[in-house]
Amino acid sequence: MRFKDYYQVMGVPRTASQDEIKRAYRKLARKYHPDVSKEKDAEEKFKELQEANEVLKDPEKRAAYDQLGADWRQGQDFRPPPDWGKGFEYSPDEFGRGQPAGEFSDFFAELFGSRSPFGRAPGAGRAPGGGRSGHGFAAAGQDHVARVEVDLEDAFRGGTRTIELRTPELTADGHVVAKPRTLRVSIPAGVTEGQQIRLAGQGSPGRGGGPPGDLFLEISFRPHPLFQLEGRDVTVTLPVAPWEAALGESVSVPTLGGPVEMKLPEGARAGQKLRLRGRGLPGQSPGDQFVVLKIVLPPYSPRVRELFEQMKREVPFNPRATSGQ
Amino acid sequence: MTNIDRIVEGTPLDESTWIAITDFCAWLRVDRHWVASLVEAGVLEPRGAAPETWSFPATDLSRVSAVARLVHDLEVNLAGAALIVDLLEERRRLERRIALLERLLAE
Repeated sequence: MRFKDYYQVMGVPRTASQDEIKRAYRKLARKYHPDVSKEKDAEEKFKELQEANEVLKDPEKRAAYDQLGADWRQGQDFRPPPDWGKGFEYSPDEFGRGQPAGEFSDFFAELFGSRSPFGRAPGAGRAPGGGRSGHGFAAAGQDHVARVEVDLEDAFRGGTRTIELRTPELTADGHVVAKPRTLRVSIPAGVTEGQQIRLAGQGSPGRGGGPPGDLFLEISFRPHPLFQLEGRDVTVTLPVAPWEAALGESVSVPTLGGPVEMKLPEGARAGQKLRLRGRGLPGQSPGDQFVVLKIVLPPYSPRVRELFEQMKREVPFNPRATSGQ
Repeated sequence: MTNIDRIVEGTPLDESTWIAITDFCAWLRVDRHWVASLVEAGVLEPRGAAPETWSFPATDLSRVSAVARLVHDLEVNLAGAALIVDLLEERRRLERRIALLERLLAE
């Protein structure tokens, strides 16, 4: 197993006071909290930070950790000494509170996990007032959240996606292993960006007869070459010829459900936004499709030039008149 | 364990799905008192008059678990965590809007 330098993770010297450790944790927790942070690898960094804090905030654990010596380096190959934890008192009344050992590193599990002298039952206990925290014998499995990228077409019609998951599981001897598994899930029509789908019982298995946890899939969309999405509304940019816009012609517009004919208003302007009601993603209140017009000039030819010259002579028009030029 | 031959159906947690307080607490692994304090703080607006008949839109599940994480991890109080969650949602909305406008401008 690899040594974890908790002081390095927290960015404090080994001589830091408990108050300094608390302040460093708070500052870094704000920076790396996965709900808030834009940092790369925020989730991984936050987990490391919580693990470091779990040890350094507790004077008993910190003293034991310090006894390992100052010569160890982050990531160095490590075996715990045979007399590990001997002579330290620990507080069993903390049983089950705080972060579950199951989500921390092997290093933590071995030194401070359930089989160590500092042993706590691994379990959930993540939320304030949280229930299934490992008291007693039966403990429910952990819930997991997995992000799933789907195509916009799947969200429109519904479909199935095969997802590969690596679920951290706690073995009987207290080690954490990432167990790969494959799941084929149904994506219902009308899912939106960020929406969750709950798969009951697909989380980690329970312990001692406890129920398994749940799996929450969080939907995100692959970027689409044509359509852009906002909630259930879809926006598409539609290139039109100047005369189609000027004359208010009918044009073919791509929608998620296939192309439809749309009559442009006479004298339509570039950038004008037109609405196709109910052509967005389906749902209790289905989204709309917005069509933004982009006027494209025809490719150059002597005949095109001739026609533009004719317009120049016959159409009194100064597009910069309103800007005083 | 491979479930590749079988298609797993889930519950879509959208705004049209309402979840009874019992399931809401069980799924989030929180107790009723904590949920009641969220209602009191104005974070949640349940349907139903009495606490035992309360139900919540499924979209509140991810909001409430984010509030729970922030309260636990950053030691902020309920009102602070709820404010963070609202601001994060607003940030996501604005980011989507900017991406949309940038793409329109680029075309």
